[in-house]
Amino acid sequence: MKLPIYMDYHATTPVDPRVLDAMMPYFREKFGNAASRNHPFGWEAEDAVEAARKQVADLIGANAKELIFTSGATESNNLAIKGVAEMYREKGNHIITCVTEHKAVIDTCKKLEKQGLRVTYLPVQKDGRIDLDELRAAITDKTILITIMTANNEIGVVQPIAEIGAIAKERGILFHTDAVQAVGKIPFDVNALKVDLVSISAHKIYGPKGVGALYVRRRNPRVLLAEQISGGGHERGMRSGTLNVTGIVGLGKAAELCRQDMEKDTERLRTLRDRLNQKLHENLDEIYINGSMEHRLPHNLNISFAYVEGESLLMGINDVAVSSGSACTSASLEPSYVLKALGAGDDLAHSSIRFGLGRWTTDEEVDYVVDKLTKVVRRLREMSPLYEMVKEGVDLSKMQWVTH
Amino acid sequence: MAYSNKVVDHYENPRNVGSLPKDDVNVGTGLVGAPECGDVMKLQVKVNPETGVIDDAKFKTFGCGSAIASSSLATEWLKGKTVEQALAIKNTEIVAELSLPPVKIHCSVLAEDAIKAAIADYKKKQDEAKGVQPAAEHAQPSA
Ligand SMILES: Cc1ncc(COP(=O)(O)O)c(C=O)c1O
Ligand code: FES
Repeated sequence: MKLPIYMDYHATTPVDPRVLDAMMPYFREKFGNAASRNHPFGWEAEDAVEAARKQVADLIGANAKELIFTSGATESNNLAIKGVAEMYREKGNHIITCVTEHKAVIDTCKKLEKQGLRVTYLPVQKDGRIDLDELRAAITDKTILITIMTANNEIGVVQPIAEIGAIAKERGILFHTDAVQAVGKIPFDVNALKVDLVSISAHKIYGPKGVGALYVRRRNPRVLLAEQISGGGHERGMRSGTLNVTGIVGLGKAAELCRQDMEKDTERLRTLRDRLNQKLHENLDEIYINGSMEHRLPHNLNISFAYVEGESLLMGINDVAVSSGSACTSASLEPSYVLKALGAGDDLAHSSIRFGLGRWTTDEEVDYVVDKLTKVVRRLREMSPLYEMVKEGVDLSKMQWVTH
Repeated sequence: MAYSNKVVDHYENPRNVGSLPKDDVNVGTGLVGAPECGDVMKLQVKVNPETGVIDDAKFKTFGCGSAIASSSLATEWLKGKTVEQALAIKNTEIVAELSLPPVKIHCSVLAEDAIKAAIADYKKKQDEAKGVQPAAEHAQPSA
């Protein structure tokens, strides 16, 4: 087993060697510009881009014509939300989203609010999912877009996308989903889910960084977007800029591999994740899973280890790459807003660890992480004034803390 | 973030972890921070009533590596100091000794606060012991 162990597959994933092999020729001999219409270099590049479009479309049950390539999901989210807000301004000025969305959605919505749009940020329930009745109640005749992520990047909680899609359809509202963490990992079909816009990122599915896609429905309804980057009119005028051919080829290959291996990968990862969860629970008391276990990505686990602080925990397992929702690990000194939104108390946010398993995670690695974490949690609890107080019977919630 | 060697050393080999009997009149206990903020420090000193010198100090900390290191270092520095000398310890000295980056300065502030709170508790208990009124609960926030 090689150290350090990577267990942070929600942050990014390594490029699969098969993906890299597919990309290589497009750096070398097949270096053409996909927009060059009058020589074989251009044709070759264009063919490769169109093949990749098909590969991505196949992964999500779409038509290849409905995919636009971007620089990643941050751009896809921006294009979807700003593009709809601008294009459908006449129709309405209200967007519905949710508090646990990725910053690329939240901050885009905040920016639109400054420009006069109204945004509703739905809360989530204890399990991390939105309440569909609250969604229905938030809809007005000015609502033009609902944007709710498929799976959360911290807690892995999967939202009721098909139900949201049905509500949106019924009310004639466009539905965008940031599906970065879900596409390629769990079944996702744009028609079954009734989604109109879908953000995808290559580097979360074993493809390269800096490339992504946006699915834009063409029929039933035909979705129009105001371009956010102007120029040569590439990608049906919705996203100008010379296409990142190597990246797009990589995204396509990555999508194809995910489609081929999804069932097998999912089963394997779920087993590994459950083993991680079960062993941690066997070894340690007072550990709490953040978010729904039932509606969760198979490769995600997010646990709070009560009475120990996340950064000190990470320091003790420094040969394991995971992340924490603790404030001490963030530049803002604010604990994870996603965990806070679950309402479990900030103290548990400070004590949380996110595990993201992936294609190269092994049994051996899981066992190593369990072992190491158990030792460190025990050691830090011996050092924790909170643990001591609880053992003495003090109710921490009734304490008057001297804050600074 | 990369940690300084001294922070790592205190994290891996914390000095003086533990607890002193908090009802002892010669023991002062400081408890600062809050779980919601991600940091709680408990620091205790035991003062020799004859000499006024701190002959033992213990800590327990819930917090990041820098918070653990700051409190561990504080207990080292406290031993052998008089109460007045202890009150002169500044957080900036902890920052310098541990090479803490700017975002971790508040961890050292917390350690200074914990020292002050422990000494204040000790003084309060001494005054109460000398006075007529029955010794009240220690200065720890009551449950
Ligand atoms: C849910 C979610 N949305 C959007 C993004 C941004 O994707 P990209 O890195 O491709 O811009 C990420 C990744 O950080 C993510 O996890
Ligand atoms: S205790 Fe949070 S940064 Fe040190």
